[in-house]
Amino acid sequence: MTREDIKTLILEIIHDIDDEADFDDLDPDKPLRDQLDLDSMDFLDIVMELRKRHQLQIPESDYPRLATLNSCADYLEPLLQDA
Amino acid sequence: MPVPFSEASDAYDAIIIGSGLGGLTTANRLAYCGHKVLLLEYHHKLGGLAAWFKRRGHIFDVSLHGFPYGMVKTCKKYWNREIMNSIVQLKKIVFDNPQFSLETTFDRQDFTSILENRFRIPRQTIEAFFSAVSSMNFYDDQTMTTRELFEQFFPGRTDIHRLLMEPITYANGSTLDDPAITYGIVFSNFMSRGVFTFEGGTDRLIDMMTAELEKNGVTICTRSKVERIVVEKGRVKGVEANGRVIAAKAVVSNSGITNTINNLTDRRAFSEAFLEKAAAIRVNNSSCQVYIGIRKGEQVNDIGDLLFTSSAPEFDSRELLDLHTRSKTFSLYYPKTRPGHDRYTIVASMNSRFEDWQNMDDEQYVGEKELLIERTLDDLTRYLPDIRTKVDWVEAATPRTFNHYTLHTCGTSFGTKFEGLDISRTIFKEIGGLFHVGSVGIIMSGWLGAINYGVIVANDADGYLRSLRG
Repeated sequence: MTREDIKTLILEIIHDIDDEADFDDLDPDKPLRDQLDLDSMDFLDIVMELRKRHQLQIPESDYPRLATLNSCADYLEPLLQDA
Repeated sequence: MPVPFSEASDAYDAIIIGSGLGGLTTANRLAYCGHKVLLLEYHHKLGGLAAWFKRRGHIFDVSLHGFPYGMVKTCKKYWNREIMNSIVQLKKIVFDNPQFSLETTFDRQDFTSILENRFRIPRQTIEAFFSAVSSMNFYDDQTMTTRELFEQFFPGRTDIHRLLMEPITYANGSTLDDPAITYGIVFSNFMSRGVFTFEGGTDRLIDMMTAELEKNGVTICTRSKVERIVVEKGRVKGVEANGRVIAAKAVVSNSGITNTINNLTDRRAFSEAFLEKAAAIRVNNSSCQVYIGIRKGEQVNDIGDLLFTSSAPEFDSRELLDLHTRSKTFSLYYPKTRPGHDRYTIVASMNSRFEDWQNMDDEQYVGEKELLIERTLDDLTRYLPDIRTKVDWVEAATPRTFNHYTLHTCGTSFGTKFEGLDISRTIFKEIGGLFHVGSVGIIMSGWLGAINYGVIVANDADGYLRSLRG
């Protein structure tokens, strides 16, 4: 997967969690949590979806690396290179 | 519909023991993740403490008293839209005690106005208090107690302490001496939008959840009491129920955490250090309830949806737990609760200690239950003067009743105190594949806490199951 694919994947998952989420003014370097009003349960959903769709096991200690759209891409790119 | 236990297969990916809201949710999430799931419940009905029962045409709800708005998002994400769409607000929350009487929607805006106009607290202090509680997380410092939190913002104001604490004590059994974070998290949840309930009642919710579980392929067996969790070489192998062993790679116990460790699992499978920590778990208190059915055709006035009443001079956690407490809540179920079912019921709830009821002989037990009913009807007469002429069913539940139906240690109706959370979260590190879901640590209790915790534990169990596949 490319970085763009990964970003699309993350937004797709967030859309499944909250179909009213508005991505128009999303800043890829600012926390998703603040911009999209996500809570800790929503992040757990993202982790669970990544495991379901791509067999990724993300340890709890790495959750902070999913904070922004760009940090998601940084973190997931090497893990999803063959996906 | 649940299937007979004899129809259950010999092996599953995951077995869930107990069908409280936490167990139901874990089962649903694991099925959603593609696992083969078996749900075993000892009682003939699902729901655990999310219970209801029928008497003479009345339907009584045991624990449907009001949950925070967060339930809307939670039900949408982890159950379905139909369930979400049945959540409605309870707008009339009433307090009546010797210090104050007032009506509120129990949200931040209304509480701000009450604290400012009626209790004469500067707006700045109110904002600072709300900001302090809403930023609390469960991993924050636990050394501050709720009492200290209240003293910091509202020193000496026992009336305000009562306004802030009384509802939460009934919601999760916490006291002024528990960690402030357990208060702050639950209180903030309610303050976001107020108090909500499920239209159609507990029976409809559990029916809808059962249908969703079946749609997702979960096998459900009621009247199936798990006798033990089978552990070999530090990993779960399955469970034994009704004399039969069923294999599973993961077992999620929605039985109480103390039950899970002391009664369901061979204690030798745990480390000494873990058992020592587990022995220090304090279970929370239990409850007494009085269920009052209004004769068909009779009506009662709208006196509010949820009434926090007391004739005790001040809020006192010990007074609330006393066998003869003068403090109780009334939950009123008007016909709007169950559209189409034209009945009124009232449930009075009190916090109570198992020890106070445990050792009574039969005669004393029956006598105390009668006194409990009489005190409750007397209290209710203050709000509904002719209530005694309209009642055609009344009965009481005690901590012994809760113990009988849920098998919870000491009949606890609010799980455990704070330390139970860490034990529940780390049990899988002791025994591979063994997880616990249920009311622990005060914050994971209540309907919303139980469902969300079910999701958190399902994530752990799913991670484990997938790791086995390599």
